[in-house]
Amino acid sequence: MATTAAGTEAPAFYDLDPHEHPAGGSTMLGFWLYLMSDCLIFAMLFAAWGVYGSAYAGGPTPKELFDLKLVAVNTAMLLFSSLTYGLAMIASDEDRRGATLGWLAATAVFGAAFLGIELYEFSHLLHEGAGPQRSAFLSSFFTLVGTHGLHVTFGLVWLAVLMVQVARGGLIPANVRRLQCLSLFWHFLDVIWIGVFTFVYLLGVLR
Amino acid sequence: MSAHHDAHGAAADHDGGAPHGTRKSYLIGFALSVLLTAVPFAIVMADGIVGPQTAAGICMVFAVVQILVHMVYFLHMNTKSENGWTMMALIFTVIVVVIALTGSLWVMYHMNANMMPGMGDMSGGM
Amino acid sequence: MSDTLLKTIFGRLTLESFPIHEPILIATFAMVALGGVALVGALTYFKLWGWLWRDWFTSVDHKKIGIMYMVLGLVMLLRGFADAIMMRLQQAMAFGGNEGYLNAHHYDQIFTAHGVIMIFFVAMPFVTGLMNYVVPLQIGARDVSFPFLNNFSFWMTTAGAVIVMASLFVGEFARTGWLAMAPLSGLDYSPDVGVDYYIWALQVAGVGTLLSGVNLIATIVKMRAPGMTLMKMPIFTWSALTTNVLIVAAFPILTAVLAMLSLDRYVGTNFFTNTLGGNPMMYVNMIWIWGHPEVYILILPAFGVFSEVTSTFTGKRLFGYTSMVYALLVITILAYLVWLHHFFTMGSGASVNSFFGITTMIISIPTGAKIFNWLFTMYKGRIRFELPMMWTIAFMLTFVIGGMTGVLLAVPPADFVLHNSLFLVAHFHNVIIGGVLFGMFAGINYWWPKAFGYTLDKRWGTISFWCWVVGFWVAFTPLYILGLMGVTRRLRHFEDPSLQIWFVIAGIGVAIIAMGILALLIQLYVSVRDRERLRDVTGDPWGGRTLEWATSSPPPEYNFAFTPVVHDLDAWYDMKSREAERPVGGFRDIHMPKNTAAGVVLAGLSAVTALAMIWYMWWLAILAFAGIVGFAIWHSFDYDGDYHIPAEEVARVEDARTHSLASTKPAEA
Repeated sequence: MATTAAGTEAPAFYDLDPHEHPAGGSTMLGFWLYLMSDCLIFAMLFAAWGVYGSAYAGGPTPKELFDLKLVAVNTAMLLFSSLTYGLAMIASDEDRRGATLGWLAATAVFGAAFLGIELYEFSHLLHEGAGPQRSAFLSSFFTLVGTHGLHVTFGLVWLAVLMVQVARGGLIPANVRRLQCLSLFWHFLDVIWIGVFTFVYLLGVLR
Repeated sequence: MSAHHDAHGAAADHDGGAPHGTRKSYLIGFALSVLLTAVPFAIVMADGIVGPQTAAGICMVFAVVQILVHMVYFLHMNTKSENGWTMMALIFTVIVVVIALTGSLWVMYHMNANMMPGMGDMSGGM
Repeated sequence: MSDTLLKTIFGRLTLESFPIHEPILIATFAMVALGGVALVGALTYFKLWGWLWRDWFTSVDHKKIGIMYMVLGLVMLLRGFADAIMMRLQQAMAFGGNEGYLNAHHYDQIFTAHGVIMIFFVAMPFVTGLMNYVVPLQIGARDVSFPFLNNFSFWMTTAGAVIVMASLFVGEFARTGWLAMAPLSGLDYSPDVGVDYYIWALQVAGVGTLLSGVNLIATIVKMRAPGMTLMKMPIFTWSALTTNVLIVAAFPILTAVLAMLSLDRYVGTNFFTNTLGGNPMMYVNMIWIWGHPEVYILILPAFGVFSEVTSTFTGKRLFGYTSMVYALLVITILAYLVWLHHFFTMGSGASVNSFFGITTMIISIPTGAKIFNWLFTMYKGRIRFELPMMWTIAFMLTFVIGGMTGVLLAVPPADFVLHNSLFLVAHFHNVIIGGVLFGMFAGINYWWPKAFGYTLDKRWGTISFWCWVVGFWVAFTPLYILGLMGVTRRLRHFEDPSLQIWFVIAGIGVAIIAMGILALLIQLYVSVRDRERLRDVTGDPWGGRTLEWATSSPPPEYNFAFTPVVHDLDAWYDMKSREAERPVGGFRDIHMPKNTAAGVVLAGLSAVTALAMIWYMWWLAILAFAGIVGFAIWHSFDYDGDYHIPAEEVARVEDARTHSLASTKPAEA
């Protein structure tokens, strides 16, 4: 092709033999960037917890409210769900649709258990008159933990949709990409939860 | 398809594809997280084994280590995926998070100390 | 029974919510309604709805979305500027016994709306629009990484603007100032819908801004033409990259703060209340952690424009490209280390204040370095005083003054005197008008021929330019003086008659700026009318240096029939000087994304959700939110989002360009 005109060297100025870029090549990076932004939302909620964490306003304190056994069980649920999600990803790498769906279902069960326990804890607190309106401490507690819970809820809805899509369309590249995105999302929520159980529950009780 | 095309395509797959874990790496990660979760819970729940200051310190160190474990074994962070851009984004985010978190605490602590001495826990050691 | 029923259906929306007692608003409404009816009528009469829907609203083409952002910015500029005129008129009148023509309730809404609109719905759309249009072309890409997301982002921004505009005629807008500081913005002091309008408009638009940021970073990282290493990336693209990094790392903070404020207002939490452990100062702290990076989000793209313009119109490579890049990176980090200079007076004490005072002075260094780089680029250059270059020179002269008053404010003891004074108001208008807006005008004049195939009329452009520059200084010099005399901002009425003359002068300045805006509109009209006279078929009217000038004007849907290969920082200049030949055959099918209505639907449902939340129509909010989730899920089952432009079609378009190029350029030996 006559793209390189006169000149001592003759570099190509146009890519005349283009290959199709694989679809969705930017998806993982884009999703990771979104997660980073989500991370900053949590950073501000943690900052609020740091400032308000001891603003009890004469109301109940973490020591009186938090049941660490429950939190430990809850943490275990989330950890199990992370493991099962990882196994689902491995099954999808090996192109085993049934196993993938099975591990995804297990993840959903653990995730739902986590949410159930959290809702039980919240309702218990509300019942004791320790709602988010009681003090700035409780406002920031409910907002931080609740935002994490909302993310898990959203993750579960996504998981359900994705299971239908994998069941119907199989492990096609588009679905695998979505599984990888949700994988990042799910493990990311786990990382946030490490911050929650450490700074909110454990350090809260120690305070 | 030319050879050039194939070579290029393969290279694109390598730096474009998401890194994968293995069954073993997930299980190692899981075992480490269980350990790193259980110890701080045990220390805090067994009230008074160590002083509250020490306990808090242990909890925070374990949290940091566990976050790293999750990053490596579950999120497969490394310096190579996406040509290092994910790692770059993560480092930048960590910097901003640290600035925003410590900055807020620092600013608000001094504000409370100066403007509301003697009120609440935040007034510091006056 | 009917009363509770009405409340269940309409929430707190009643007939009293419509401001029929405000003659100014009625007149405005009449005008807007008339204009709207005329526009709708014209579109219907000329049967343009289908064209608008198919070719624009549902388009995922980054160029069209970029242009739509610019239109949004321009329309909102008119609204925001109308607010400015009203404020200037009120302040020039209301002395002594004269109460002016605006009551306090209305005046407070106006200064809030002015700030919110100018930052979020004028400056942001302009900046985003320019980046959207130019960046993919500059890096030799066919579109952004996520074309559908791009369309969705635009419509979310527009939905935010619609929510703000709705507050003009239904209910009221916030009366709190543009950052809605607590506790004034809390339910105790602002029980009405105003602050809710504010919150939801920003939250909805914020989603769009954030996603567009993610999109552009991914685009710049993943879709650069072969050979374009990071240090061969055009400087505007560099500024876009740093800007979008700032967007992705700052807007979530705004989202979080506004969410906490909403919880205070809707749920009754105690983040920013005066009681039960709440702390309003935390709101100030957090919103400025977003607010300061936001300033750089606005100015960095303008810096990018000036860099491109300076180098093009002096016919020289940009001086100190590497230092420019490092300056951008340093600013990106430092932008997060200066936020407290907005509230030195809060009382965090000497240690905190001196830290942030020093970081603020440090951040002026990279900015200063950039100014010197532009000057050195111009030095011994063959400067062509086209409109973009004129705006650039005006920027340098104006912005330096604004920057210096900023450094003055960075000294904490000085800030204690000048805090919340008109000096501050003059300072930030000096940098935002003199920096961001001048930059956008430079950019519009520079890239218009790329977008439409003809240059903008220079005569009316020059008139607009002089009106803006002179008007700016006449309007804001008095505010500097008043600020130094201790006059605070946001006042509706003054007692001291000796101050009046300054406000009158400022009012004259605004009138001159109004002429500048009028001249700008005439410039657009004249240019469209005389487009054949102003036609440019080369695609490169200015002797450009970067890849966007390598393709036709306007570029084909696919931007480049063949992806350019980059060997030099000034890639297109390099191609021209080494006589690279444009390929005229061997075209392939081109893979492109399909248009979609999903963005319009999702953004529309978001606006409905927001309006329902504002008015406490819970049933509607739940319904619309369920609609968003349902539609998004349904949309995710559509895997078929793209198509191929056949090679014959590409060949047809490219052949047409070959002919038009040949007809203007006599064959070179």
